[in-house]
Amino acid sequence: MRPFVYERATGPEHAAALLTSDPGATLLAGGTNLVDLMKLGVARPSLVVDINGLPYDRVDHRDDGSLVVGATVRNSDLAGDPGVRRRFPLLSEALLAGASGQLRARATTAGNLLQRTRCVYFQDIGKPCNKRAPGTGCAAVEGSHRDLAVLGTSDACVASHPSDLAVALAALDATVLVRPIGDGQGPSRIPLTDLYRLPGDTPDRETVLRRGDLVTGVEVPPPPVGAAMRYRKVRDRWSFAFAVVSVAVLVTLDEDGALRDVRLALGGVAPLPWRAREAERLLTGRRPTRDLVRSAADAEFAAARPLPHNAFKVGLAADVLTETVLALAAPAGSER
Amino acid sequence: MRAGSGTAVGAGVARLEGVAKVTGAALYSHEYQVAGAVHAWAVTSDIPRGRVTRIDAADALAQPGVITVLTSDNAPRLAEREGDLALLQSPRVAFHGQLVAAVVAETSEAAREAAALVRVSYEKEEHDAVLREDAPGIYEPESVNGGFPGRREKGDVAAGLAEAPVRLDVTYTTPPEHAAPMEPHAAVASWDGDTLTLHDSNQGPFRTAQRVAGLFEVPVENIRVISEHIGGGFGSKALVRPPTVLAALAARAVGRPVKVAMTRQQMFTLVTYRTPTVQRVRIGAERDGRLRALWHDALQQSSRLTEYCEQTTTPTRAMYATPALRTTHRLARLDVPTPGWVRAPGEAPGMYGLESAMDELAYALDLDPIELRVRNEPEVEPDSGRAFSSRSLVACLRDGARRFGWDGTRDRTPGVRREGPWLVGTGVAAARYPVHIMPSTASARAEPDGRFTVRIAAVDIGTGARTALTQLAAEALGAPLDRVTLELGRSAYGFAEFAGGSAGINSWGWAVDKACRALIAELGGRGGAVGPEGVEVAADTTDDVAALPDLARHAFGAQFAEVRVDAVTGQVRVERLLGVFAAGRVVNARTARSQLVGAMIMGLSMALHEVLEPDPRFGDFANHDLATYHIAAHADIRGIEAHWLPEEDERVNPLGTKGIGELGIVGAAAAIGNAVHHATGVRVRELPILMERVRAGLAARGGR
Repeated sequence: MRPFVYERATGPEHAAALLTSDPGATLLAGGTNLVDLMKLGVARPSLVVDINGLPYDRVDHRDDGSLVVGATVRNSDLAGDPGVRRRFPLLSEALLAGASGQLRARATTAGNLLQRTRCVYFQDIGKPCNKRAPGTGCAAVEGSHRDLAVLGTSDACVASHPSDLAVALAALDATVLVRPIGDGQGPSRIPLTDLYRLPGDTPDRETVLRRGDLVTGVEVPPPPVGAAMRYRKVRDRWSFAFAVVSVAVLVTLDEDGALRDVRLALGGVAPLPWRAREAERLLTGRRPTRDLVRSAADAEFAAARPLPHNAFKVGLAADVLTETVLALAAPAGSER
Repeated sequence: MRAGSGTAVGAGVARLEGVAKVTGAALYSHEYQVAGAVHAWAVTSDIPRGRVTRIDAADALAQPGVITVLTSDNAPRLAEREGDLALLQSPRVAFHGQLVAAVVAETSEAAREAAALVRVSYEKEEHDAVLREDAPGIYEPESVNGGFPGRREKGDVAAGLAEAPVRLDVTYTTPPEHAAPMEPHAAVASWDGDTLTLHDSNQGPFRTAQRVAGLFEVPVENIRVISEHIGGGFGSKALVRPPTVLAALAARAVGRPVKVAMTRQQMFTLVTYRTPTVQRVRIGAERDGRLRALWHDALQQSSRLTEYCEQTTTPTRAMYATPALRTTHRLARLDVPTPGWVRAPGEAPGMYGLESAMDELAYALDLDPIELRVRNEPEVEPDSGRAFSSRSLVACLRDGARRFGWDGTRDRTPGVRREGPWLVGTGVAAARYPVHIMPSTASARAEPDGRFTVRIAAVDIGTGARTALTQLAAEALGAPLDRVTLELGRSAYGFAEFAGGSAGINSWGWAVDKACRALIAELGGRGGAVGPEGVEVAADTTDDVAALPDLARHAFGAQFAEVRVDAVTGQVRVERLLGVFAAGRVVNARTARSQLVGAMIMGLSMALHEVLEPDPRFGDFANHDLATYHIAAHADIRGIEAHWLPEEDERVNPLGTKGIGELGIVGAAAAIGNAVHHATGVRVRELPILMERVRAGLAARGGR
């Protein structure tokens, strides 16, 4: 591991100043991903800025029904928050479907959103990877890519985003709260789905954040009245595995049984938490029959770029999306 | 069998070192504090084949704390110039991940960072790292792992296969798998002149001392291997691996004690793995199910450095009666790391193939799969014609069926039982593991204070061997357990075989028993008098083992699985796994159950999770950590039960034990695969049973 300087930030200004003081600086929160990457030589920071002491460790339920989650709130604390479990069960389900108890007790909200892909080539400094070492090529396209993305990929990168939490937050229309670097430029609120970039030719640039921007938390608006929501994760073992595919679904129905609100987000299939806008468009205002939901799911994957070993994800994700929407939209026991 | 009470042989005595382990008092190899110790870190090759042309160590050497960078130019010479343990003896590269240099530094952090700064230039050569039927140079090895003949044949197999009214010809594949012990391979080496003390994580301290002595050309007595507590090995630590040699080599080079520990990533290429297998099973049967001919063939891989051919079709030699039987092995030598022993080598993959094929045959015959096995129960070992010392397969199948609820009401139709989103099915498979008995020495000592000390160069790799051997010693001495101290884990205690082949209790136990009985006889001759110097006797079972009658010795079992398959996703969940085993006398009911249940979980893991993904372009495995190499987690284990039948076998060996470590793995994967087929109608012939494989089968059946 490269020798590095460790500093504990005493406040947001201090953190921002440290971060801009050294081009090799990085933030440390839970460390559940960063420390692994440092051991592997993938991350080689010269300065590690510990932000665990910053005042971003609270879960606030506001009077307007919105939820604000601090950047350093532990995944286990957020998952166990009684208000979250009652009003945003999607979040709890997504968090508890991820990692292990030990990791959740350490991992943070912002760290979860900004964790790196688990593509095996990204994590192996002996192999080509355009994300880790721009211009070296992508070893995954003709190699191990079964766990990687089918939507939003480029020839340069087919990595998938590993977060469960981000998928749930995408379906909840969450906004990322940012303390911008002190130049008066840049937004302080970024819709979560706009936080991430598609890889294109620059897969090393994963988010719109600039050096010195500090994520302080996530704001989740109140869900629509009467919303039903669910997180369904499909994985290779029944705990402690990243999603092969996952879906976050939120629906409300009008009195005729048509979908008034339908928000769909997908995990494990894209370089970012994938909001299925096309499927939403096709379903909104319609009564969710099996054929309709399935055709909407298929439409979402019309632009998919499956590879030989992950092509099954297209049908799998469409199946799971269909079943989950139907389960939430149908009264218990009835099948449309 | 219910556990006996107290501390007698058979009783479920809790692990004697249990408290030390859970409180952290038990030291593992790398934890020993050796004054002045420095750290060595491996630099491994990025190419699968070629030679090192230049190593630029300038940046590494400039790092604070770095003592030296060892390469094939400056490393001390070993007795061997090529092979898996000839570390830094030549610039040749034979596989991706091979050790090409090592940094020695004051701290492990400095060594690790400096290792990242060593720049290695190579002359690359064309490589071939893909196991396939048309790989060049595939051959049939004369003998396979365990010393078995590679090919055995009796009767007219071709005619039997051609003429049988019911024929089956199916191919199964199993992927490379890794042992993945919790404790990584690690060693601390300290030379004093030509004497080496080695705190080493291995499965056989005496064998380690022998091998290291040979490499460094010093007498075996000069190598003192200490292996007190081992955090699992699963075969990967039975033979000496590069970390041990690196520690000794680096220590010799720098004249200071050296510590080495593998990273999890390094372990995937440096400390062996299970070969992938391609198994073709051809069966010809009568309409009543009796076999007419059986041919089991396995294609496997080894490296250029070492011929290792897993004995994958040898289990078939002992299973079912048939007039014509052929078992063959073929090997491709590729530019890959050397495969080796991992959790029931040969038996686990081979019985997956055979027992899956038997299930397919049962369907072809529309016959209950237990009944099919009963109809093919042999009088003698099918291949050799030898008598069995005992054989309880049918009893295990019957008892398991009763416990599991497998009876005449079971509907054999596949893919028809639906409970909500789940497709439900059950499967069965036989288990078998050979009884290995190896020579060993031990000593037993009566102390003047009335206590006894027994010493043997055995090792407890987490199995409970220390406790079980103490129980055997106490029984032979006629002494209460708390008056017996059993010391193990040191090569200085004399010859004893490594922990492998589930042979520990049979082999070490016999020597312990013999030494203790000899001590009692000696004390009897002295009228019980023990002077201040104590009374010590030694025992050696070499002649006893050689004199064992020529019998077929095996433990048997039956594995039952109930699975649920998510009809939407294809995910498999094992609801119940139930095994009934007959393995002779059980020495410790608690640790035996732990061994059997643990092994069944390994079998489940093999069925559903474990796969090293070869990356032929680079010649290594694409996945090489425990996030991407999946092993069953707690949530994957729901109902699991291990039972055993009382089996008194006086002919197997004087203790009546058969060994219990690996038996529980065997057959579990087949039982689960057979249950998946029963649930879905989909026969996945490629392990692991991943959801996409199930989905493809469901789609082909028109299910989706």
